[in-house]
Amino acid sequence: MTQPDQAGPDPGSAVGVVPEERVAVTPVGPAAAPATVRQVRGSREALYFALRNKKLLAGLTVVLLFLVVAVVGPLLADHGPNDYVGPPAQRPSSQYWFGTTTFGQDVLAQFLYGVRATFLVGILGGGLAALIGMLVGFTAGYRGGVVDEALNMFTNIVLVIPTLAVLLIIAAYLRVRGVLVEALFIGFTSWPWAARAIRAQTFSLRSREFVDLARLSGVGARKIIFKEIAPNMSSYLVMTFILLFGGAILIAATLDFIGLGPTEGTSLGLMMNNAKLWGALQLGMWWWFIPPGLGITSIVGSLYIMNVGLDEVFNPRLRAM
Amino acid sequence: MSRVSLRVANLRVHYRTLRGDVKALDGATFTVGDGEIMGLAGESGSGKSTLGKSLIRLDGRMRHVEGSVELDGKELPIWDSARMNTFRFREVSIIPQYAMSAMNPTRRIGRMVAELVESRGVGFGTVRPELERRLDLVQLSRDVLDSYPIELSGGMKQRMVMVISTLMNPSLLVADEITSALDVSTQKAVAETLVSFRDRGYVKSTIVITHDVSLVYQIADTIMVMYAGKLAEKAPTDVLVAAPRHPYTNLLISSLPEVGVRFSEKRLTGIPGSRPSRLQPPVGCRFRDRCPLAFEKCVEEPPFVEVERDHFVACWKAY
Amino acid sequence: MLELGRISKVYKVGAFGGKDLTAVRDVSFDVQAGEVVSLIGESGSGKSTIGKMILRLSPVTNGVITLDGVDISTFKRKQLKDYYRNVQGVFQDPFSCYNPIFKADRVIGMIKDEYFPEVSGPEWSGKVDASLEAVRLDPSQVLNKYPHQLSGGQLQRLLIARALLLDIKLLVADEIISMLDASTRIDVLNLLGDLKARGLGVLFITHDLSLGNYISEKTVILRRGRVVEMGVTDRVFGSPLHPYTKSLLASVPQLHKKWEQVEVELAAQGAGLSGRCVYHERYPSAGKAPGGDGGPPTLAEAEDGHFVACFRLDGDGTC
Repeated sequence: MTQPDQAGPDPGSAVGVVPEERVAVTPVGPAAAPATVRQVRGSREALYFALRNKKLLAGLTVVLLFLVVAVVGPLLADHGPNDYVGPPAQRPSSQYWFGTTTFGQDVLAQFLYGVRATFLVGILGGGLAALIGMLVGFTAGYRGGVVDEALNMFTNIVLVIPTLAVLLIIAAYLRVRGVLVEALFIGFTSWPWAARAIRAQTFSLRSREFVDLARLSGVGARKIIFKEIAPNMSSYLVMTFILLFGGAILIAATLDFIGLGPTEGTSLGLMMNNAKLWGALQLGMWWWFIPPGLGITSIVGSLYIMNVGLDEVFNPRLRAM
Repeated sequence: MSRVSLRVANLRVHYRTLRGDVKALDGATFTVGDGEIMGLAGESGSGKSTLGKSLIRLDGRMRHVEGSVELDGKELPIWDSARMNTFRFREVSIIPQYAMSAMNPTRRIGRMVAELVESRGVGFGTVRPELERRLDLVQLSRDVLDSYPIELSGGMKQRMVMVISTLMNPSLLVADEITSALDVSTQKAVAETLVSFRDRGYVKSTIVITHDVSLVYQIADTIMVMYAGKLAEKAPTDVLVAAPRHPYTNLLISSLPEVGVRFSEKRLTGIPGSRPSRLQPPVGCRFRDRCPLAFEKCVEEPPFVEVERDHFVACWKAY
Repeated sequence: MLELGRISKVYKVGAFGGKDLTAVRDVSFDVQAGEVVSLIGESGSGKSTIGKMILRLSPVTNGVITLDGVDISTFKRKQLKDYYRNVQGVFQDPFSCYNPIFKADRVIGMIKDEYFPEVSGPEWSGKVDASLEAVRLDPSQVLNKYPHQLSGGQLQRLLIARALLLDIKLLVADEIISMLDASTRIDVLNLLGDLKARGLGVLFITHDLSLGNYISEKTVILRRGRVVEMGVTDRVFGSPLHPYTKSLLASVPQLHKKWEQVEVELAAQGAGLSGRCVYHERYPSAGKAPGGDGGPPTLAEAEDGHFVACFRLDGDGTC
């Protein structure tokens, strides 16, 4: 008895069975189909489309470039970011590629260390937010009922807290703050939207029949969440993390810029803050504030473009095929 | 049947996919007469939905490879979506599968119909009286025009879509699985409505696509059975059900449980094996691997010929 | 073996959970070992809800479900796991029961992890092969494949094989046939028939009367959450009492009888019943809503093993 290589139904007929012989990978991400989901050739297909998606490739390239800078850059710098090394307010030259600040600090060194700090805060802060968001979102979405109501209320409260005011209070108490504190703060305050989104996806996946089947197999709730539900949302979770990462960087830059950032070390936002404080704009010292500004914009912008590209990869309906 | 209304010749429609062309419909030649209701029966993957949709050219992934369709003597440009626009809704109309969900949920139904007919160049005011008459015919209150789709039940929505699709009195109506998502009692009402449309002259010929042979047995004049993209048999309804000539039809009909047939008394058998791949279909008769009557000649594809009046079969054993 | 005692399910709907939606009302029936019971109802009848309640996927609002006399709502984690050794379910859409990103036989692996962790590899393979054979699947063709590589019929049978690994007493089959092709339907049905010969009890939930009639010993007809008629299949289909059952039988498209013919037959059969309500003849004191606490039962025994509810169809109608 011969086995057909594709034993699904035909692309348009039959009672309620979803067409299968269309363009491969079916949505598992944010716009998941309400009916049957089928990842035909799964990761291989996703990879095929990933490698051909311009947005994803472009965004990824830029981010990876900056990542290399973050890791390797400070090792190549001759001096620390805040060392007074050269003549003040110098234009970019062959000696100081990014010029110097009003105090004679090497802007390039600051930039290199700044990118590293930025990435750190992004990963730590974004990662923490993602973790909390997943915890709250999965639990609320899977359990439903009273637990869901309670977690919802908690989420709403955190959402509504005026983070800036809280930060001001924290800043008043913690005279000396590092990147870690900033990352923790961002992590603890930016998770609500992720929790909401994950909860919604979990809700819809939870009522799927393969989850019922897992319950009928005696599988416990936690195992179901991690082995049945989360893998089906993997693209969604990846994109959520990317957005949280980018968001964390942006928030950190904003906080740094208004002076609520770390009191030691440097970051791109702090560079811009200092540049503003010391009148770089008025004095025409463009080399002080344009590199960090461009840096932040490029990193965050590329992350968002990557995200759009990923969405197209995971959700075949968005592909221009 | 009197005049021939629809004439299809050697129609081949494939779907483009990453793995190659899916040969969903691979050579269909048949006619439908004026006032005839033809049931198009087959299992999933038989190509029946593709055939139905290709007559109105609605699906962008379909690729017309070969063949012609002639309606009322005029050739339908089914390969050209833009040119088909003049024919759609007026001469050829379709009630698509899942039509119930096809109505815009944010529009009142009356407004949706108005937009639809006006996009075809017909004023809503001119069709409104006829529309209301037809709503009465299908036992829908005229208030549905002011309702949103969500306020109607499944059966009501289906009947509404049927009225809309036949508003311009098309020559050909393609009804794609219009009863599959409905309850048994609503199925009967919808099926009878379809017949009443034909009886009142709102449509000339109808093609009812379904997987449920017993349903088309009730309402169709002829039934055409498809298998794996090819036509297997076409005959008047009573003849097909009582004395099918194609082994597939025979096996299919005998595998259908009926009220009155019990497992303990008579064990029905299905058809062993499974459908052939439509990416690389086998040479010769596609039913060969599962056919109890297969012999050497079956590696050659049997033509779809008329073995007795109005009865066509594609099987070497049936000639 | 399995007994439902006056089961009800009430959902809270509306903006703040203000309104009540009663999906199942006062349903009682039982399933014995080696017996197939069909639970027949259209959409909205509550049949799937009953299936879910039996499988403990949804809590019961009122009433008791017992397995061999033990109330299943009392089970906590470990007891629930044991319960699933005795009762399993198979659902309608075979493709959605499988997690699409994993291989199909993972469902079997899950059973091993949860219920047979100490069983050695070769011994487990032996068990799996025996199970697959019982459902007439070839292990080499279904193991190690992704769900999309298998057909609907194979997936359904794999799910049944999975259930058999646990040596269950009761299988809840919720519309397991409706998404299969006609040619594979009968094979899965026959499989259920064979399994019942091994002592398995099956609750066959369906909307298709012909399937229920084919396979089951007892039939329960559900309408809007209530049982309207119940009894030995031959009697329920052969001489239906309740008007709803009759209307269902009249609407089912049959393959060798047209609708008009069926209607005539049913009318002739039911001639003696017009204007009567069998239930109220047995329980003349029962009010409009029978079945309250302390009142008469919801169903009257019209003949041995054949129960029927009040003939009234709607809330305030007459019977």
